[in-house]
Order: sequence, then C-alpha cells, then structure tokens
Amino acid sequence: MGGKRTDLLRGTLDLLILKALSLEPLHGVGVSHRIAQITQGAFQVSFGSLFPSLHRMEERGWVEAEWRASENNRRAKYYRLTSSGRAQLTVEERDWNQMVKIMRAAVESA
Amino acid sequence: MIRRTVSLFRNLFRRSAVERALDEELQSSVALLTQEKMREGLPPSEARRRALMELGGIEQVKEDVRALRAGCLVEEFAKDVRYALRTLARSPGFTAVAVLTLALGIGANTGLFSIVNGVLLNPLRYSEPDRLLALYSRTPTYDQSSVSYPNYQDWVRENRSFSALAAYRPDDFNLTGMGEPERVPAEMVSASFFPLLRVQPVLGRTLLPDEDQIGARPVVMISEGLWRRKFGSSKDALGQSLTLNDVAYMIVGVIPADFHYTGINFQQSDVYTPIGQWNDPTFRDRRAGMGTFAVGRLKPGVAFEQAKADMDTLGRHLAGQYPEADKDMGIALVPLKQAVVGDIRPSLLVLMAAVGFVLLIACVNVANLSLARSTRRTHEFAIRAALGANRGRVVRQLLTESLLLALAGAGLGLLVASWGMRAALNVLPKALPRAEEVQLDGRVLWFTLAAAVLVGILFGLAPALKASRSDLHETLKEGGRGLSGARHRAQSAFVVVEIALALVLLAGAGLMVRSLAKLWRIDPGFDPHHVLTFYMSFPSTIDSPQVVRATWRQLHDRLNAVPGVQVASLAAGAMPMADESDLPFWIEGQPRPSTQAGMKLTLFYLVQPEYLNVMRIPLERGRFISPHDDEHSPRAVVIDERFARDYFGGQDPIGKHVNFGILNVTAEIVGVVGHTKQWGLDEGPAPGLEAQCYLPIEQLPDRFIPLAARRVGVVARTAGSPLAQPGSIRRALGQVNTRLVMYETKTMDGIVADSLGARRFSMVLLGTFAVLALVMSCVGIYGVIACLAGQRTHEIGIRLALGAERWKVLRMVLGEGAKLALVGVAIGVVVAFGLTRLMAKMLFGVSAHDPLSFAGVAGLLVLVALAACYIPARRAAKVNPVVALRNE
Repeated sequence: MGGKRTDLLRGTLDLLILKALSLEPLHGVGVSHRIAQITQGAFQVSFGSLFPSLHRMEERGWVEAEWRASENNRRAKYYRLTSSGRAQLTVEERDWNQMVKIMRAAVESA
Repeated sequence: MIRRTVSLFRNLFRRSAVERALDEELQSSVALLTQEKMREGLPPSEARRRALMELGGIEQVKEDVRALRAGCLVEEFAKDVRYALRTLARSPGFTAVAVLTLALGIGANTGLFSIVNGVLLNPLRYSEPDRLLALYSRTPTYDQSSVSYPNYQDWVRENRSFSALAAYRPDDFNLTGMGEPERVPAEMVSASFFPLLRVQPVLGRTLLPDEDQIGARPVVMISEGLWRRKFGSSKDALGQSLTLNDVAYMIVGVIPADFHYTGINFQQSDVYTPIGQWNDPTFRDRRAGMGTFAVGRLKPGVAFEQAKADMDTLGRHLAGQYPEADKDMGIALVPLKQAVVGDIRPSLLVLMAAVGFVLLIACVNVANLSLARSTRRTHEFAIRAALGANRGRVVRQLLTESLLLALAGAGLGLLVASWGMRAALNVLPKALPRAEEVQLDGRVLWFTLAAAVLVGILFGLAPALKASRSDLHETLKEGGRGLSGARHRAQSAFVVVEIALALVLLAGAGLMVRSLAKLWRIDPGFDPHHVLTFYMSFPSTIDSPQVVRATWRQLHDRLNAVPGVQVASLAAGAMPMADESDLPFWIEGQPRPSTQAGMKLTLFYLVQPEYLNVMRIPLERGRFISPHDDEHSPRAVVIDERFARDYFGGQDPIGKHVNFGILNVTAEIVGVVGHTKQWGLDEGPAPGLEAQCYLPIEQLPDRFIPLAARRVGVVARTAGSPLAQPGSIRRALGQVNTRLVMYETKTMDGIVADSLGARRFSMVLLGTFAVLALVMSCVGIYGVIACLAGQRTHEIGIRLALGAERWKVLRMVLGEGAKLALVGVAIGVVVAFGLTRLMAKMLFGVSAHDPLSFAGVAGLLVLVALAACYIPARRAAKVNPVVALRNE
C-alpha cells in the first residue's frame, strides 16, 4: 500500500476511528483499512497506536467489542459504536470543524 | 459506573482472560493481514513476515495496550485523588472535624473488635484447639465442679473417646536457696498435661508418666521467666535442683514464656510439678475435688456427642461402683474455648453492637457535614456538569473524597484503637479472659480497612448522589445559594437518626450506671473499709500439727500487736469474694444422706475469735468463736443466718450438732452471725451453696493441718490506710519466723471492687461510647441548626426589620432544634426499649426498661442538644437587619 506517513494531530485518531466505525462494526485490521480508505490513503495508522486507542475507547464505553467470524471465516474481534460513542463522534466532529474554521481564519488573516 | 466497575474487576482479577483475548485479537489480525498479502501473490512465509512487520511486533502492541489500560485507571484515579486532596485542603475545618469524627468512630470499633477478635474469634493457641474439652464433675446442684483425683484416674483408664486426659490444680511453693526466699506460683499437672496441649519445652523434656506417681523422685519443670531470672537462661539448669518447701526438685525442662492456659482454676506458674506425686489423704479421697480440674483431647474422628455418651456411661459405672462418693454424679464436657470465654461473650456482643452504633453516628455526622458542604459546592458541580463531566464522574470524585477522609480517619483511628484498647485492658485487666492475646493483628487491620471503605461509601454516597442529581439550570440561576427543601429534609433526617442512636447508647450506659450504683449500695454483710488481706506461706520445717498451731497462735499475738493494726485474725478455707471452700455436712438427729451427692454443702471459714471484729459481721445469737475453742476443747461451730434459716427453719440452732463427714468432725453450734456476700456484691442465687459456717482454725483435726498450712490468710483491720501497713506486718512476721513469706497483699475494698470487674468493664466502655455518641450528635445538630439559621439570615433580617422581637427569633431557631431533638429522642426511646432487653443479663436491680434511666438520658440528650442549638440561635437573633439585607 505504501501511502505516506503523516503524523496525526493529537485527538484526530479518535475522530477517525469513530468515523470509521460509524458505518458498520469492524475488526482492528478493518478499521485500519477503512481509515486508509476514507482519507484516500493519506493516513496509514500504525497498529501500535490503533489497538491501544480501540481499547481505551472500549474502557470509556464508546465502543463495545464482540467476537465473530470475519469475512473469510476467521474469528475476529469486531468493534461497534455505542450510543455514547455516537455522541462522542458528534462532539469531536463539531470540535474539529470549529478548529478548522479557527485555523483557516487564522491562516488567511495574515 | 457499572461498566467501569466490571472492567476494573476484569483488569484486576481476570488478568489472564484479558490477556488471552488480547492475544487472540492480535493473532487473528496477523492472520487477516497475512491472507491479504497472500492474495496479493506473496508466498505464505513472506506474507506472514510482512504482516508481522506491518503490525509492528505483537508483543510491542500488547505492551502498549496493557500500559494504556492500566494507565487509564491509575491516571484517572490519581487525578481524582489530587483533586480531592486540593479540595479538602481548601476547607481544613471540615476536613479536621470529619477526620477526627471518623477516627473516633473507627478507632472505637477497631479497639473493641481487636478485643472481640482476641477473646472470641481467634482459636485458642494450641494445636487443633477444637479437639480440646474441659471436663467437670456434675453434681445435682453444680454442672461444673472440680474433679476428685481418684475419679480422674478412673476416667483416664476407662474412657474410649480421648487420646489423652490431663488434670491440674494450683499450688504455691517457697523457693529457697537462691537468694531471697520467695513465693512462687505453682501448678500441679499430670504428666499428660503439656503433651496434650502440644507444648514443646524450650529446653529438656516434659514430665514422664513414671514421675507422675506417689513415691517417684521429685522433678519440676520451670517457666522460661524463672529460668532467665535464676539461671541466666543457661542450659546447665537441667539436672540442677530447686528447693521448694525445703524439698529438692530436679529440673527436667523449661516451659516457653508464650505458654498460656486460661482454663478454670489454672494459674500461670513458675514451677510445674507432677500432680500424681501428691499423697495428701484428702486429695486421694474420692469425695473431695480439691480444686482439681481436667482437660482432654478427643481422639481423631470422635465427635463431641459420642464423647458425651461415652462419659455418661462411664459416670454411671462409677456411680454403681462407688455409690457413697459418686451416686447421682456425672461428668460434664464443655468445649475448652467455650469454657474459657463463655461468660464474657454476651457482654462483648452487646458492646460490639454499641460501638457499631457509634460508627453509624460518626458516618451520619460526616455525611451531614459533607451534605452541608456540598450545598455550598452546588455551583462547582453545576459548572463541572456544564463543562461535560458526566454524573458518574462527579459521583466518583465525591466518593474519592470520602474514601480519602475515611482512610485518614482509619489511620488516626488505629492510634486511637491501640491507645484505647491498652487503656481499657489496663483499667480492668482481670475482667477479661485471654486478655493477653488481644492485639492489633492482621484480621483487625483488615477489619479497619473494610470499616473505612464501607464508611467512606456510606457517608459519601448520599451527598454524592444528591449533588450529582441537582438541577443544573436551577442551580446556576440561583447563583449557587439555593438550598432545596429535599436537602433540608435529608439533613434533618440525619440528625434525627443520630439523636435516636445516641439515645439508645445513652440508655444502655444509663442502665449500667444505675446497676453499678445499686451494687455499690449493697451491704456485703461485712465492712470492707480499712481491711488488709494477705496470705502467708509456711516453711515446711514447721510440720507437726503442734508446731503449726503454736506458730498460728504466735502469729496471732504478733499481728495484733503491730502498731496501726487494730485487730487481726488468721483466715483459711473460704475468703469473702476471693477464695471458695466448701464442705459437705449433715445435721445430727436428721438422717444421714447415703451418698455424697445427697449431702448439703456449706462454705467454711477457718478463723480466730477476732475475725468477727475485723470484718464487723453482726453477731445475732449465742457467741462467736472464743480463745478457749482450741484443740483440747469440744468442737464448736458458728453458722450464719442463711444456714440457720435453711436448715433449722424456726428452731433454735444453738446447741445442735453438725457433722462434717470429710473432716470427721462433729461440732456444736454456739452462735449465729450475719450472712456475707461470698460471691461478690452481685451475688445471684448460688443454689445449694449459700450457707456459711465458721470453725476455729485451731480445732482443725491434725490430719488436715499440713493441708491448711499451705495457704493461710490474714485479715487485719487498720487504723489508717491498709496499704501503709505491709512493711510493719512483714517485720512482725519475720520475728516469728524469718522464712515466712507474705504474698497476695490486697485491700478488702479492692477485692470488693474486683468482684464487679466485668460489669465495670462493660460500664466504662458503654459509658465511653455513649459520651462519644452524645458529643457527635450534638456536633451534628449544631451543624444543621447553624446551617439552617445561616440560610435564613435574609429572612431573619426581614423579620427583624419588620419589628420582630429578638427573643422570638431565638425561640424560633431553638424550636427547630428542639423539634429535631424530640423526634430523635422519641424514636430512640422506642428503639432502645426493644434493644436494652438484650443486655438484661448485664444489669442488676434495674429493669431493662427502667423508666428513671430512660427519662434521665432522654432529658440529658434534649438539654445538651438545645445547648448545642443555642449558639447558632443566639447568633441568628443578633443579626443586624441592615447587614443581612445588604448582603443580598
């Protein structure tokens, strides 16, 4: 695949994961692919950050996990957004848009 | 909250399951990636290698996840703790009061629990303590009396249930030949005693069965204390001889210092001699118990009931074989632990319940304080909620604060406990069996920790839930000053609960105080003031009955000549409230009972003529013992009024004859004196053992003189303080014989006080708890009334501005307090009415529902509560209307 490695802004990883999970439940590898897909390959999330984030979200109750068979019949751990996860997604989207607006204004003002 | 708790639980306790799940998740991810690579055309091994590279190493990822999971918890917790510490530090007054209250509550509980733990809960400190039983002779009147040695020997031979039985009885020896002669406490034990308890000697061996017989060579085991004191803990002590009552005993072993046996009539001793060597004829008399008791270890697999049935059969067999001594007698078995602590159990449980109430009051008090405080913090919570903190977060934050307070309280409480426990045991050490085993051990520390956590949650939860449920919008609008009626009600309810609990404790303490007051007013039948008692040991060189009697007469003359001693008498046999000695008897002219069990029993006091004046016992008829009642004159006996009433009814007992079978003496009744309280001021009915008689000590038959000489006491009435006398008395004794040793010196007042030891122990503790409860509930009601008045400052200002009189404001605020106090007292009285019944056994001469005690403590509580309310009420009445209104 080999997209270029862009350092994620702190906090954006959560947003991306939540966004990735908002359509359907996914397993870890699936989340990684979905993020690559929705960012047109711009972000390649390392599993070293992805798994801890998924587990943290599970701790916080934003996602719940469930074991089931993957597309090619392997057992895999699927993560699903909970209602509080959806709420969190809304909050993060709003924050992000705010941030983008502020940053754009700041950049263009000069 | 629940989810987090589950997750915490998972992380902490099901570590391996979490690990397995993580491992499986990563392995399946590798497999998925590998499959993808293979679909891209890579060979399997290369595909897997790439997949692993892409994942960045399974162990690495695992480590990251683990760190995160742990970090999340620790970090949030640490944040909560830091925040809590900051908040608490900002209100030092609240923190100090809360921690102090909790320290007292938790400390009192920990202290009492450590006593309960040491005395009731911990198993006895022997190997397999559950297999140990105490054995007694059962007579028709007494379930648990001492065991005659011949019977004991038959039990040993014929029982089928015990792997071993052991007998013991206390004794004393003069230890000479090693510095100053001294009196050492001793215990005669059977050879089986230490092996049965599985006590290993520090040095040497225990006694051998061969040595446990008449005629065997004298051997002795000594305590580790004596070994250190006299032999410098040298191994050479073994085989050396110890001179006890002028006989050389060979030392064969040393008993460890931590050996304790708390069975009935056992004294912690410096020397242990084989009981079987004692050839005293009375000791060998099947009819006489001689203070010997027995303990047994059940064979493996034998149940208590089986052993009981076995011993019952054995008892019947002995009754058939020795009808005179054993007819109608039986054998009683009691688990040793029950035998040791049975009596104290109910009192300790009542005290434990009482101290639990104290903790509850402490909880309610702190809950109330933090509720009042959370009222002031409503604004803070509302802001935090508005900033996105969810309710669980706020609750957890508040609970963290309460837990911190509780833990601080528990830490301080441990100090309170160890101090209080030591104080309690020091004040009244003898009231408790196993007192030496009381300590702050692991179980006590767990108890304290558990109490702290429970308390933290208990007093933290109510305010936390209240605070988190508050209506955001309303609160912010009110500017944080608002106080909803609901919170008012909660605080008031708390105060009512506190007052009710305090009343229950006060009622209990009040009943105890009344009981003791009644007891102190009881006439013991003698005058204990200014009376000194002590015992003297006789050197065994004074052995012939003639010489012993001569020495007694000499002692009598010398003691009565000591300056400061008004009058003194020797006293052997029974001693009021201290020593018990009884004799079977029958009255001449009435049919002689055919069995020992059919004989009536009387306490007997072997005394000299002055005894009556020392003790100031009233003479009712006839005469007391006179100097002429010596070994050459006819045998005389003086009986007490109870003896006269029970056995002679309306007849005149003077001139009648009493036959004392064991002594082989028939004595003429020459007088009747008043009854004394042998069993302590609280002497209840002592069935079958209330009659008392006085025998002239010099008329004791020759055969019993050596036995009596082993323990002869003195009672002396002194002009000044009895405790100023021992020096001059000791000199007087020295003039009679330089080897006379004086020991167990006590005042009669002290002995009387000791007889109430257990009750005083309960009263002191219950009283302490009640005072704690009183103080705490007053702090509680003060806090609430102050808070209420504070909140109404504005209103009061308006009232005053409109011309209300200040005393009316005062009355209004006091009225609020009085209302709470009265409701609390009313509820408390009802609850106490139900609960004090449980302590009926601890009371004396008052009913558990004694109206005077109840009314007294209720009045006291209301008064103190009103006094506590007076301060905020006066402050409210002094409000300056202008200032109060401008404050808005």
